[in-house]
Amino acid sequence: MISEIFAGRIKEILEVKKEGKPIVGTFCVYIPEEIVVAAGGICVGLCGGSPGAIPDAEKILPRNICPMVKSAFGFKAGRICPYFQVVDFVYGETTCDAKKKTWEILDRMVPTYVMEIPQMKRERDRVLWREEVMDFKSRVEKVCNTNISEDDLAGAIKVINGKRRALQRLTGLRAYNPAPISGKDALLIEQIAFYDEPMRFAAKVNDLCDELGDRVARGEGVAPADTPRVMVSGTPMALPNWKIHNLLEAAGALVVNEESCIGTRYFKDLIDEEMIGMDRQIEALTDRYMQIDCSCFTPNDERVVQVLKEYKDSKAQGILHYSLQFCHTYNIEEIKIREACEKKGIPYLAIETDYSPEDVGQLQTRIEAFLEQIQDSK
Amino acid sequence: MKVGIDLGSRTIKIAIIQHGRLVDQQLAESSFNPYDQALSMIKKYKTRKIVATGYGRHLAQKHFAHEVITEIKAHAIGARHFFPACRTVIDIGGQDSKVISLDKKGRISNFLMNDKCAAGTGRFLEIMAGALGFTLDEFGLAALESDSEEGINSMCTVFAESEVISMKNQGIPARDIARAVHLSVVNRITGMLNRIGLEGEIVFSGGVARNPCIVQMLRERLGDVTLQSPPAPDIVGAVGAAIHAGE
Repeated sequence: MISEIFAGRIKEILEVKKEGKPIVGTFCVYIPEEIVVAAGGICVGLCGGSPGAIPDAEKILPRNICPMVKSAFGFKAGRICPYFQVVDFVYGETTCDAKKKTWEILDRMVPTYVMEIPQMKRERDRVLWREEVMDFKSRVEKVCNTNISEDDLAGAIKVINGKRRALQRLTGLRAYNPAPISGKDALLIEQIAFYDEPMRFAAKVNDLCDELGDRVARGEGVAPADTPRVMVSGTPMALPNWKIHNLLEAAGALVVNEESCIGTRYFKDLIDEEMIGMDRQIEALTDRYMQIDCSCFTPNDERVVQVLKEYKDSKAQGILHYSLQFCHTYNIEEIKIREACEKKGIPYLAIETDYSPEDVGQLQTRIEAFLEQIQDSK
Repeated sequence: MKVGIDLGSRTIKIAIIQHGRLVDQQLAESSFNPYDQALSMIKKYKTRKIVATGYGRHLAQKHFAHEVITEIKAHAIGARHFFPACRTVIDIGGQDSKVISLDKKGRISNFLMNDKCAAGTGRFLEIMAGALGFTLDEFGLAALESDSEEGINSMCTVFAESEVISMKNQGIPARDIARAVHLSVVNRITGMLNRIGLEGEIVFSGGVARNPCIVQMLRERLGDVTLQSPPAPDIVGAVGAAIHAGE
């Protein structure tokens, strides 16, 4: 399935590229893809989830930095990823130190621009962010040799909202018990959302949701109703990183939600479609993106509230906090999530790991013990 | 008759529980072929229920065990068998160290386990003993004889071994280095205990609980709490598995 999507989608992207439309590579849910789509371009969320790409990265980058940054960089340095090979330029951001300094080095291999993401959410930070959005729009317009009209943007907002709505619907269906889809399958769909054609993707996910809805109505699920239901919260899981989901589901759990940039953080908020006039559209877009509760912000207490809300909505029975090694912001914010879980009596396990398989034995033991804890507390 | 088997990284342990009492136990090296070793150990028992735990639990389930539980749950159950009021379990085995906190009913409320590196485990002590030319039994006793304040800084086993070798070459007496190594394990464990929060009676299980220096240092460090171990602390996990088999 993945190889099919890979090969097929690359062909499509190459055809769009031949027409002179730009292909923009991104690494973060902060990059406003509506603007790229409005200009007729394609936005591709690039991969960074494979240990295989890391040796190529380590020829240049230091060893003790985030595995996702190393993997993404390695995909380009080793010329392994077909998506990375077709993008015209990369739009990076400043969500973490490893990324923002890596862009300077990546720029030697592929033109790399950077959006500055504020670190606080005061009025003056919003002013900065709005300026960054406007700069992004000008840059995309310049490269596409076009001026984005009000209608273009309205259309793109509808398209991307449609994609986000479909993913919201899928998440809603996972709340049923027995759940109609495994966490691994749902995660793969969420990962594909970052590079597939958005309208087709939304239509296909909605078709799938119809089917899953029927399953729910018949009371069918992928696992028995007494299977422990776990929510995963924390750092993103870039394709093809399935490590935690694999371990959890092999140990007999079912993952029912991803509170993560690969999951709900990407699609929980929509842009108001009713805004008329470019200025008001940009304001609505700015507001939507400013709402993202990434751990790069300080303070970021709205994320704690969101985690508890998703725990309740997804009818999970425990939370696994997942943090990539060297991801300081998620790793430290974990303290607040843990405290909130302890206060509410929610079974909780925090894991910090990278992409390598060397800790799988220990993680297996910890995850199985966590599931025993959930079962025994029922 | 219920059989519990703990296939650990260094040793395999078997516990037989009959009418709620431990009636037989065995301990052997895991060897290069833990499966054959385990089979030869259980073949003399006629039982309808074997529960496996430890690193090799899934291998055992593939071949002869009827159910598996994690070593975290097994040590929690085993510790409560020997000390029914226990609220905190410290288990230091060959490859892992863990701290488990239990609620009043004995259910696991939280646990911490060392990350992938071997720092603070039995294997760490074993390698350091080797670097200093001690057997494991001599190692703890030698450390007890020292009152040095010397410490080692490396957490990683490989780096710690080079640190030990360089201390040797500075002419620092072996018993002082031995004490430094023990201290680093105890620091690691008390760090985990502080993180999880101490509650009530503490049970120390796993092979490292037989090391007199670690036990003494932990007692000094923890102050006014009871720290106890059953006579054969290695067997606690297997006992927990056997008791679970009866449930």
